[in-house]
Amino acid sequence: MDILQTLKLAFRGIIDNKLRSFLTMLGIIIGVTSVIALVSIGQGTTSKVTEQIQSMGSNLLTVNIMGRGANTTLSYDQAMEFSSSPYISGVAPIISENVTVKHGNKNSQVQLQGVNADLLTVRNYSMSEGRFFTPVDVSMRQKVAVLGSQIASDLFGFVDPVGQEIKIKGYNFKVIGILKTSSSMMGSTDEQVFIPITVAERILQTRGVRTIYIQAASKDAVSPAMSEISSKLDKIYRVNSEDENYAYRIFDQSAMLDTINETSKTLTMMLGGIAAISLLVGGIGIMNIMLVSVTERTREIGIRKALGARKRDVLNQFLIESLVLSSTGGIIGVAVGYFLSWGLGRVLNMSTKTTLPVVLIAFSFSLLVGVFFGIYPANKASNLKPIDALRYE
Amino acid sequence: MVINLENIYKIYKMGDTEVHALDDVTLKIEEGEFVAIVGPSGSGKSTLMNILGCLDTPTSGKYEFEGRDVSKLNDNELAAIRNLRIGFVFQNFNLLPKLTALENVELPLMYAGKSTAFRINRAKEMLKAVGLSERLHHKPSELSGGQQQRVAIARALSADPPIILADEPTGNLDTRSGHEIMEILKALNKNGKTIILITHDLNIARQAQRNVHIRDGKIVKDEKVGS
Ligand SMILES: Nc1ncnc2c1ncn2[C@@H]1O[C@H](COP(=O)(O)OP(=O)(O)OP(=O)(O)O)[C@@H](O)[C@H]1O
Ligand SMILES: [Mg+2]
Repeated sequence: MDILQTLKLAFRGIIDNKLRSFLTMLGIIIGVTSVIALVSIGQGTTSKVTEQIQSMGSNLLTVNIMGRGANTTLSYDQAMEFSSSPYISGVAPIISENVTVKHGNKNSQVQLQGVNADLLTVRNYSMSEGRFFTPVDVSMRQKVAVLGSQIASDLFGFVDPVGQEIKIKGYNFKVIGILKTSSSMMGSTDEQVFIPITVAERILQTRGVRTIYIQAASKDAVSPAMSEISSKLDKIYRVNSEDENYAYRIFDQSAMLDTINETSKTLTMMLGGIAAISLLVGGIGIMNIMLVSVTERTREIGIRKALGARKRDVLNQFLIESLVLSSTGGIIGVAVGYFLSWGLGRVLNMSTKTTLPVVLIAFSFSLLVGVFFGIYPANKASNLKPIDALRYE
Repeated sequence: MVINLENIYKIYKMGDTEVHALDDVTLKIEEGEFVAIVGPSGSGKSTLMNILGCLDTPTSGKYEFEGRDVSKLNDNELAAIRNLRIGFVFQNFNLLPKLTALENVELPLMYAGKSTAFRINRAKEMLKAVGLSERLHHKPSELSGGQQQRVAIARALSADPPIILADEPTGNLDTRSGHEIMEILKALNKNGKTIILITHDLNIARQAQRNVHIRDGKIVKDEKVGS
């Protein structure tokens, strides 16, 4: 008997028992749906986190200075010495303090950031209006300011802030630009006000930086850049060994990215694995129903054998029936899983990402389950002796 | 020789008792014969038919079907014999309840690997031959007993086997339907088919050419009869 005929027969067997077939398929549907939905959530989260980390700036190193003894900061010029290294493409030291910023009768508590021109590229910020500082602004100690988006609207409302003046610690600053709203794992710029670091040194009366953002020239340059930075800092703070280094910390963004990627991959696998167990349970459901079906149809099998059905014909009939059950369940599961991931993304604002490999793996797993759990009942059916099957009541 | 049984035993063990359903049966049937196997209930007729039809295997003894030793045939070869060489008409019809008359008659052709168009043509032809052209799409439950038996005969004939094995084909029918069935079988025999008919009714048996009497699993009489 050809495969088309067998397929027809299998569909008939399934349609003859609609409710039962549907309930059997439900196990597979739930299994495939949950594999796809959970893995999509996992992958979506991974790519969102990766994206966020990368948005903080590529090949970013963050150096925090705790200092040693009385020497608790690094001077701006000392910090800028790092930029001579071939492994380093940008150095952005930061002086920061909480201050009140005034415009007209409005005032706002903000985090004032004294920065240089490199910050924009090192931290991968972008402007929504106006411009960022130039090296000249920094060296000439210009009293200019760049605002975070929230502060800009708090102080100015609907008025265009660029060209207006704000007051910080009694000094007037001209607003030259506004940053695009941004939020990353390292905080948001929205409530920050930026001024040239040279100006900040003066008005805040500090001479030292505690935080330096450094951009390595390339991914490969990250680790030589790190060792160069530490050897310099070791000298400054006379640190002898790694173990007793409390003077500074270097934080490597790409290392964190790798760790997070590893972790979320493991998590995604785990989610998928748990969901796969429900697929397995669905498979056992198929086996159960197929066994019942074989028993119920013993006489049918006997009649078919008496009329010339070979072992193989009977085996195929039941195996294909099980396959049709599991693959139909698989297809419905793929559709529901895809829709569910999409819905979670839209409605609950979760980041989900359904990739083709996941869909293919989940679907082929459902087929595999169909074959695996169908083979025993089908084999049992095909091995019935015609006379025993015919006599069965 | 189509069928050659030598010293066939079929013994069922029920606990410590043994039932000799067939007890040293030796029987030869030639091509084109119309043989009736006659005996009271429980004498072993159905057991014999199952062995003849390669549905069951004897406990001991030799069975040659068309010159081939059946005990040496594998499952596929036996399936092919059941499919193409033998047509069964069962005592209880054994139609598939979910299939229509037409689909039931198509079954042997399906397992013979015939195309859909051929199957449908042939099945219609067979149903027409047994007078059921009007009932092609009826399910067995929508047919009378006599009609079901005729569907079973059409099915037995559809793959055009040279041998028909009929177990009490008239047993469940009234005299008139039984008579119709016998007419069909006689016509088939005239066309060259070997017919083996099982019955406990001597009036039916008399319409065959040869009667084999069986009692308690033994052949007690083998005679030529009638026309
Ligand atoms: N599967 C079985 N297990 C045990 N004993 C059996 C089995 N099948 C048949 N028998 C016994 O074998 C004997 C012959 O049975 P069989 O069915 O061949 O009789 P029969 O001549 O066809 O009777 P009937 O005219 O009632 O159909 C009976 O005594 C029966 O009890
Ligand atoms: Mg019987």
